[in-house]
Amino acid sequence: MMNKTDDMFGSLARFTLVLLVLLALLLWCLVLNVNTGSVEIPVGQILRMLWNGAVHRQFDSSTAGTILFRIRLPRVLLAAVLGGALSVSGLLLQTFFRNPIAGPFVLGISSGAKMVVGVTVIFLAEHLRQAGAGMLIAAAFAGSLMITSIVLLFSQKVKNMSMLLVIGIMVGYICSAVTDFCVTFADEQDIVNLTSWSMGTFSGADWDSVKMASALCAPCLVLVWLMSKPIGAYALGEGYAQSLGIAIRPFRVLLILLSSLLSACVTALAGPISFVGIAVPHITRTVLKTSRPALVIPATFLCGSVFCMFCDLIARTALAPTELAISTVTSAFGAPVVIYMMVKRRRQEAD
Amino acid sequence: MDAFFKTEHMAVGYNGQALIRDISLSLEKGKILTLIGPNGAGKSTILKSITRQLALIRGSVTVGSNDLASWPAKQMAKSVAVVLTDRVRPELMTCAEVVAMGRYPYTNLMGKLTPEDKEIVRRAMERVHAQDLALRAFATLSDGQRQRVLLARAICQEPELLVLDEPTAYLDIRHKIELLDVLRDMAREQGTTVVLSLHEIDLAMKVSDYLLCVKGETIYAYGKPEDIVEKHIVEKLYDMETGAYNPLFGSVELSRPQGEPEVFVIAGAGFGAPVYRHLQKQRIPFATGILFENDVDTQIARELSAHVVTAPAFEEMPRRAFEEAAALLLSCRHVVDGGTPVGSLNRLNGELLRLARERGIPVTEKL
Repeated sequence: MMNKTDDMFGSLARFTLVLLVLLALLLWCLVLNVNTGSVEIPVGQILRMLWNGAVHRQFDSSTAGTILFRIRLPRVLLAAVLGGALSVSGLLLQTFFRNPIAGPFVLGISSGAKMVVGVTVIFLAEHLRQAGAGMLIAAAFAGSLMITSIVLLFSQKVKNMSMLLVIGIMVGYICSAVTDFCVTFADEQDIVNLTSWSMGTFSGADWDSVKMASALCAPCLVLVWLMSKPIGAYALGEGYAQSLGIAIRPFRVLLILLSSLLSACVTALAGPISFVGIAVPHITRTVLKTSRPALVIPATFLCGSVFCMFCDLIARTALAPTELAISTVTSAFGAPVVIYMMVKRRRQEAD
Repeated sequence: MDAFFKTEHMAVGYNGQALIRDISLSLEKGKILTLIGPNGAGKSTILKSITRQLALIRGSVTVGSNDLASWPAKQMAKSVAVVLTDRVRPELMTCAEVVAMGRYPYTNLMGKLTPEDKEIVRRAMERVHAQDLALRAFATLSDGQRQRVLLARAICQEPELLVLDEPTAYLDIRHKIELLDVLRDMAREQGTTVVLSLHEIDLAMKVSDYLLCVKGETIYAYGKPEDIVEKHIVEKLYDMETGAYNPLFGSVELSRPQGEPEVFVIAGAGFGAPVYRHLQKQRIPFATGILFENDVDTQIARELSAHVVTAPAFEEMPRRAFEEAAALLLSCRHVVDGGTPVGSLNRLNGELLRLARERGIPVTEKL
């Protein structure tokens, strides 16, 4: 009898399998990212240098060592952390709007963050050189929250999700226009940085940004995971969630703050990255065949890490030595997933 | 018995604006209260106020010994469960997972289900005959199945007070009855107090211990179904013609054809009912007789015709009734013989038939 009831909820076998596959992919991408490029570093050498670095605190000062420790390793780690963070941020927005086609990029939130960061860089450039990543993240967070509140305001007027997406995209364009307008007044040096950053890239990664990203994202992610239970109940709608004892208002505020913080962190350190926030959670749910948040949240993070590491590898190597913007690659993979979802939803609604 | 659920001078509405005022009622444990009333009367508003989805404008609500205004949300969740009209479409959630959400107030921080929780979920699904749906995706269910699963979810919250907003909407007749049967069983076996809204007044009469008629700024009427019926409140509540609702059968009829009777139906003992309904569909006004007061045909005839000739039950039909019927019959251009057997008590019906033939009024035997 007990067995019968256990069966009702499926088993964790599928989740475990997916988790193992994702971890294997993560490792594989890690090695591939560090190993490939204009200078090929053999895996054996990488392992040796890592071992010496980790155990003997001796960092190889050869060219290969410099490339490994100063460029590729921070870059791939940043891609992993931010890719995961962005995906979870998308997942939170989808929970909030109870719609799988919500994400920080389509709702204009990334563009809002970009705008405020752009303005900060251009007009406060001198102060910025001392302030660094922290200041950028604060600016991006402010921008994210600003646009999120605007979108929220509209979401009370238009109940239709498609309309909300259109509004989000329009708000995104307005933000981009403001950013472009400001760029006109910028110093030449700033423009170079801004242009590559505003397309989205992991190329500026250093250990400071990795530390910053990890320090900020880790507590957020733990908090998000601890919210699994109410997130799951919220999927039934506000009425039912409230009747189960969830304080709706604080819960919603927390969702938006965490989502904004995560996507702000990404935008500040790597620029706006498109479609990861929608595509990755969807892929994860489809593969897991469940939407149980306690499982989906960690899996989404891992999947996002793998996705962004892989896209960054392509961005780096596809047209080497020229680098593609990361959004170019994520769009190529992510946008079709979004189109597919929209079509599928339409069909479901028609039924 | 003491009141378990009580409202005192409750005023409900939106944005501080009262729609309905001065709702005072009390309900003992294990009783079923149904809200009936026309669309937009505020049934949902009252239910939302009871479940704290809407803030009370004035007055108070008590459930057991708890005052609704100061009841901690987590405690309330263990006592009050809801079935709402909200469209629920969670992606990739199985029915078992939806039902298990009812255990939310009882599980730990991460929502882990203990074996006892799972057993309660299984029993709740069995109770609404949804055990076969456990592994199905909730989004793929029919409306009727969804409603059953949502009821199971509420059941496994183990509430003392269950609030349902139009739970029978979208259900076919069999599932309506099944759902209401479950509510009655819960009320009797677990002593669950149930407050719900229904559109089907006939079912409301049958399932409820108390009815609350909602219309206008204060409550229209409150009482036992028998009392509500006696005062013809249902017709007034919905602004219907008197007689359109039959309190004895709890049935409703479409409005009766207007005008002078064109057809006379000789009936009785249920033979008339199908004839009346047929004529009603053709919109042909008719007269009928002679019916005993206690005849089932009398009940239906009175809803569908203004010209019904009746006679006291259990005795021979009086001459006076025959004369009244004969006058009506002669004014009609057609007579229908419903086929009621003629015996000694109703032999005057036989005479009516003879009269029609003598006068050359065409007689149809049974339609």
